[in-house]
Amino acid sequence: MRRALVVARLTLLEARRSGLPWLVVAALGAALALAAFVAQVALTEGQATQAAVAAALLRAAAVFLLAAHTVASVAREANDKVLDFVLAFPLSRPAWYLGRLAGFAAVGMLLACACAVPLLAWSSPQGVLAWGVSLAFECTLIASAALFFAAALAHPAAAVSATAGLYLLARSIGAIQAIAAGPHAEATLAAGIAQLAVDGIALFLPPLDSATRTAWLLYEAPTAFELLAVLVALAVYALLLAAAGLFDLSRRNL
Amino acid sequence: MRERERPIGAVPAWIVLLLGAALAAQIALQAAGAPRRTAAADLPPAPSAAALRAASLGEPEAAARLAMLWLQAFDASATNEVPYRNLDYGRLIGWLGAILATDPRSGYPLFAAARVYAEIPDPAKARAVMEFIYTEYSKDPRNRWPALAHAALLAKHRLGDPALALRYARALRAVAEEPNVPLWATQMEIFILEDMNELEAARIMLGGLLATGRIADPGERRFLQWRLEQLEKRLSPSDRLNKNR
Repeated sequence: MRRALVVARLTLLEARRSGLPWLVVAALGAALALAAFVAQVALTEGQATQAAVAAALLRAAAVFLLAAHTVASVAREANDKVLDFVLAFPLSRPAWYLGRLAGFAAVGMLLACACAVPLLAWSSPQGVLAWGVSLAFECTLIASAALFFAAALAHPAAAVSATAGLYLLARSIGAIQAIAAGPHAEATLAAGIAQLAVDGIALFLPPLDSATRTAWLLYEAPTAFELLAVLVALAVYALLLAAAGLFDLSRRNL
Repeated sequence: MRERERPIGAVPAWIVLLLGAALAAQIALQAAGAPRRTAAADLPPAPSAAALRAASLGEPEAAARLAMLWLQAFDASATNEVPYRNLDYGRLIGWLGAILATDPRSGYPLFAAARVYAEIPDPAKARAVMEFIYTEYSKDPRNRWPALAHAALLAKHRLGDPALALRYARALRAVAEEPNVPLWATQMEIFILEDMNELEAARIMLGGLLATGRIADPGERRFLQWRLEQLEKRLSPSDRLNKNR
């Protein structure tokens, strides 16, 4: 446990000394500038438009930066043979993996805080709190996915693509299911199989379409029960990815 | 310790020249082209609400508002004598409906429909937008009544169709019991039946909206006051005198 915490601390230190903080500042600046621009051209709902655009951009930026940072960090470690060196010491593979995951998750939580604070300018504190907590859990899930793919796949481009694919599919699966089951869906065997396939895929995806919702910032914050249900679902999926990563690492010949 | 970069003098001259020439060519090409404007004919057919929602990648509120900003840029060039007049209103209404279905709680699509697209001097197109407002109003009267109230005034004063105006005004009775709906809105029939001119009615309506705190957005307030000033200029006594001559 103590060794895993040391790895987590080193992961945080690495993030602080990399270009990540500057990228976060740049993303915040770009999101706020674009929000200010759209407020100038909006005829009505200026504040809501600013909040919605800034929140959508900041959410995407937080997730992308964290995924890219995680994959780059693990790839560098593999290329420099640091992992082989570290595992020669009395440090178990699970301790290394969980330590890295805890470190990346902590980076994600700090990112979520940095992205949530500016939204207080346009939204209620309750809405921003729910949005920020949900984004922190979403970032933990993304850290878990990026670490899993980076450790399992040899190439960083493949790991980033797999993480992005999982994320985008998880965010749009609700709309895809609605289209598949919509009133215009044909009542044929092929349409039925397609609908079953879409529903089947949804079983293996996290409910990201109901997490970190902009509606919480614009209209009303979720109830404690609604938020808890979302957070539990995200945590379960992050746990699943962590277990899959541990399973893969334990089987691999290094 | 060695520096990470060599001095600029170490770069071959032809590479520096190539870089400078390519940069100059890029800027010259872009500066020579006309600024990009979206013409009326460029408006594509509207997607279904489900497709728009899928394309929003789980951000329907942001996607709906960005889609409205994009939509209002079509045929709105400053060189256009009557903005929005050349738009295909079938497509436009399709877009407004899809955007409204993507975020049903946003007031933007119906605000734009009532205050922008229904105000063009083309009775058929204005009528089509008003019918869209009427249809959408019935799905959420409590939040969508301001658009229908404005459509009722336009039907009377711009289209000169009191029967249509009365139909809209009577539909507004559905929100009579709502706490934050002003009395004048639920009694729109009086506005329609009374011999009140458009300016008076618009002043009462805007004053009522401001008094009830319904217009909290500074941009919306500026836009509505600007519209009122335009109406005052259009209906000023000297203008009416000139028209009568």
